[in-house]
Amino acid sequence: MSFELPHLPYSFDALEPWIDAKTVEIHYTKHHMTYLTNLNNALSNLPALAGRSIEEILSHLEIVPEAARTAVRNNGGGYYNHIVYWNVMGANQGSEPLGKLAKAIETSFGGFAVLKEQIEKAGLGRFGSGWAWLSKKTDGSLLVHSTPNQDTPLAEGLKPVIGVDVWEHAYYLKYQNRRADYLTNWWNLVNWEEAERRYLEA
Amino acid sequence: MAFELPALPFAEDALEPYYSARTLSFHHGKHHKAYVDNLNKLITGTDLESKPLEEIILLAAGDAAKAGMFNNAAQVWNHTFFWHCMKPGGGGKPSGELAARIDAAFGGYDKFVEQFKAAAVGRFGSGWGWLVLEGGELKIVSTPNAETPLAKGQKALLTVDVWEHAYYLDYQNRRPDFVQAFLDHLVNWDFVAENLK
Repeated sequence: MSFELPHLPYSFDALEPWIDAKTVEIHYTKHHMTYLTNLNNALSNLPALAGRSIEEILSHLEIVPEAARTAVRNNGGGYYNHIVYWNVMGANQGSEPLGKLAKAIETSFGGFAVLKEQIEKAGLGRFGSGWAWLSKKTDGSLLVHSTPNQDTPLAEGLKPVIGVDVWEHAYYLKYQNRRADYLTNWWNLVNWEEAERRYLEA
Repeated sequence: MAFELPALPFAEDALEPYYSARTLSFHHGKHHKAYVDNLNKLITGTDLESKPLEEIILLAAGDAAKAGMFNNAAQVWNHTFFWHCMKPGGGGKPSGELAARIDAAFGGYDKFVEQFKAAAVGRFGSGWGWLVLEGGELKIVSTPNAETPLAKGQKALLTVDVWEHAYYLDYQNRRPDFVQAFLDHLVNWDFVAENLK
């Protein structure tokens, strides 16, 4: 039993003009696929981990034998982070946070404008490759943070609600060195229904 | 005295088709320049303002409070070094003393290529692949993000930039193809031989 590439919930061009079709196609069919292939290779000799969910494995990397841990952390992280990323975006999205998530954002940050500012700052400040996240702590409160490379919020005991990829491959064909513009435009794509569903999920 | 963006040692389109003018215009004109500008902002009005770049790198290395300064200073140095590691019509097997040293250290040019590619392609995330001199011996290493051999007691001889911005417009996800093209068509072995002296 191995992990599979989940269906992209929209067509390659659905995120235009903010993220171009070519970027989505390469990002999904090449980068995401490579993480998946490398993850399955790393797990192929580890029958003890068979049947575990990717969330379980990444939340408890200590259960992975040391020789395979870096490969699972990097490629499992890449596999999982991209699933979150694809699902919290969509065509004709944007607008503002909804329902209980909107309330929690108000409580934790004082409003959506502050959240946007903090995520953009976290994404811009990540030197090298990585991610900026809005995550839920175990006490239900919200936190903005950044992870390097393909490290996940799960490994820090956090549940990602939304996440934006700031590896250069996520934006370079369209934005080149202008990561700030990519981050500003990204808000036009956030699927707040999915974000709230993730927030309310145990 | 502020640092300045050094000119490229070749025309922007000189490395076509292996390394495009468009990539160089961003890589040199935007990324390298941003590191220079950021470094200048960080040192202006401090006692580091008049120090040589190498000294700033060594001072900031390993000091978490100076991470921003280290990152920008080391990236200024790494990029200037990287440009000189390339030339039009470069690449292929080196010759002379350098070739003999590579043969002795790695068991031949093909083995060197194999190990250099593995280090550069295997660097997860952003970083650099290097041929360095350490304790008189040739070694192949890779560094993450801005890290640089200078700060590790090694002398840099050759580098390839494997940040995605270095190759994404030309090669997208195909980092192995970029590193292969770098070795086959771009390496300035004369510069590497000079560094070995």
